[in-house]
Amino acid sequence: MATNSHTDVLGEEYHAAQKPEGPVSAAILAGGVGALTLGVLTTLAEASTGIRDFLNVYDPVGPLSGKTIGAVVVWLIVWVVLHVIFRDRAFESRTALTVALVLIALGVLGTFPTFFQLFAPAE
Amino acid sequence: MNLTSRETWTLIHGMVLGALFLLGFAGGLEALYSLRPNLLSPVGVHDRLHRARIGVVAMAVAAWGTVLTGTWVVYPWYRERTPGSPRSILLADPELQDWHHFGMEWKEHIAWMSPILATVVAFIVIYYGTGLARHDRVRRTTIALFVLAFTFAAVAGLFGALITKAAPLT
Repeated sequence: MATNSHTDVLGEEYHAAQKPEGPVSAAILAGGVGALTLGVLTTLAEASTGIRDFLNVYDPVGPLSGKTIGAVVVWLIVWVVLHVIFRDRAFESRTALTVALVLIALGVLGTFPTFFQLFAPAE
Repeated sequence: MNLTSRETWTLIHGMVLGALFLLGFAGGLEALYSLRPNLLSPVGVHDRLHRARIGVVAMAVAAWGTVLTGTWVVYPWYRERTPGSPRSILLADPELQDWHHFGMEWKEHIAWMSPILATVVAFIVIYYGTGLARHDRVRRTTIALFVLAFTFAAVAGLFGALITKAAPLT
């Protein structure tokens, strides 16, 4: 029984070793793009009443409905595109993480009230 | 001891899914951290990977459940244009206004980064499998994203608890 388990694990390890790192990096980069998109939409909604109204796809939730739907849609589309591009390539996940962390940091900045409220039209 | 519908949903959003989220994070983090071949037998690697899969998927599911119920069920009650809504109560008091202008405004946005990153981590763990044990760089990268997903949810959860204390949803 133990021998079978060892064989299964080694077999799976061998198979995993053949998997390229590209899809991992694609997922990481897409996550960064999703976070950035949320930050950009949040700041744009504050800066422009037209964009705010456009993002108000469900009135009880307000513009947050469009911001979150938009960010999720962009994230998934970018993920699919990057996955297709990198699926057979060796793209280091550490590099992808570095890029994604920058994108996430910008996304956090865009959702930070003290920052995005700077763009609010003067009352 | 009766709970209103709104209180029940708030409980599901904050406590039930929050507890699942914490359990998923704790289990997933421990499994990912210890997924090192120099510490484990092959059977041990298989066991840790199984636990990591359960942990990261549970956290991703809980994160999605939390933001979906929070945004589409609880948030409309929070922002109702009625004098008794939490938003109205906070904005009516100059000493409480910042709980909305800063606390809620940040919480409602930053919370959404958690399920996105948690899903990325779940994908990596399921896709890469035991490769995580072989490639320390990928494992560490996955842990970094996992902790980041938790941090965003923790910020949102903390503000949620404090805002609920200042202006409960009833």
